[in-house]
Amino acid sequence: MERAKIDIWVGILVALGIAAFFALATKVGNLTSNDIRETYTVLAHFENIGGLKPRAPIKGAGVVVGRVKSIVFNTEAYHAIVELDIDKRYVFPKDTFANIYTSGLLGEQYIGLEAGGDENNLVEGDLITYTQDAVVLEKLISQFLYSKASEED
Amino acid sequence: MNKLINFFGNIGFAVRSRLYRLGAGTRLFFLTLIYSADSFKRIHLTIREVYFTGVLSLVIIVVSAFFVGMVLGLQGYYTLEKYGSSEAIGVLVALALVRELGPVVTALLFAGRAGTAITAEIGLMKATEQLSAMEMMAVSPVARIIAPRFWAGMISMPILATIFSMVGILGGYFIAVLVIGVDEGAFWSQMQANVDFSNDIVDGAIKSVVFGFACTIIALFEGFDAPPTAEGVSRATTRTVVISSLAVLGLDFILTSFMFV
Repeated sequence: MERAKIDIWVGILVALGIAAFFALATKVGNLTSNDIRETYTVLAHFENIGGLKPRAPIKGAGVVVGRVKSIVFNTEAYHAIVELDIDKRYVFPKDTFANIYTSGLLGEQYIGLEAGGDENNLVEGDLITYTQDAVVLEKLISQFLYSKASEED
Repeated sequence: MNKLINFFGNIGFAVRSRLYRLGAGTRLFFLTLIYSADSFKRIHLTIREVYFTGVLSLVIIVVSAFFVGMVLGLQGYYTLEKYGSSEAIGVLVALALVRELGPVVTALLFAGRAGTAITAEIGLMKATEQLSAMEMMAVSPVARIIAPRFWAGMISMPILATIFSMVGILGGYFIAVLVIGVDEGAFWSQMQANVDFSNDIVDGAIKSVVFGFACTIIALFEGFDAPPTAEGVSRATTRTVVISSLAVLGLDFILTSFMFV
């Protein structure tokens, strides 16, 4: 086979490969939807984070506004310190509530931000003071059972 | 007593010959790297081999990818439907293909389609003393024969694996959306929400590069090391498929346990 023909076919193969990779990155993967670039980091303390994981989404009114950067355990106060990376385009008041929610019944956990009424906004390094822990199903059930039992007494 | 001596002797021989082959294979790999610069001066040799290993494998890759995707779509739908979450079919198909089936099945097909061809070709060259003739003319067989095939394998395997994943997803799309009637928007959006570019797609690509390396170097070494007889070449070809397949599956386990914790 002559060289020019081989070159064309190899060119077609490489072009197909690049096209497939491009399609995987944009159509299948989250490269396009993941447009959170410049972020600022705020901290939040939780007594219990449930199943929250690093890179879990942070949502404001359901819109993804950032991602969880890291989760560490504080051995002095025995709570979890969660670092939140929030997109610079979105600002939240200082008294914003950070709640850990579960998407769906069995879905992944995320942090939902609910804006408060403060006039100052959160800036890099701030601490979110109002937090609500993840709901632990066992606790909920046992509370329910205890309250039932005390009613019957 | 003699039997016992023979028994341990056989074990020792088996271990020693495998160690020898491992060492010789590694030496061939480093020789390939050293002579790569020489072979890149005649880049058309490499491109020619990309044609033989990559372009000619394209048909089997595309067809089997489409069928694998369709089977994933069907099987996944039957199970997910029981839990009322048939929209998650897109995630299932995409993750299965991008993470595992794309690189692994491509590597197995690649070993069968291209690896055997490489081994048989080089083995036959050796049997007909073409390699010796090259050495007589002061042309290094490693630079002229081995290195172009090595780089061709390293180039075409990731390309083929990427095409496999994408065509497989299209196969899953064909069955799930066009035949069964899963909602198209949910199919793609759930996929996008759950397939991560750097964790899933790039890791799958890394896998395909590693598999490409393993399959190609095994095929080259088996051909280079084959006894120069008809029987020797046929045995070497068989060994290429067996060793490549086992290497791919073993490496896949190791890579998976590193990547997706």
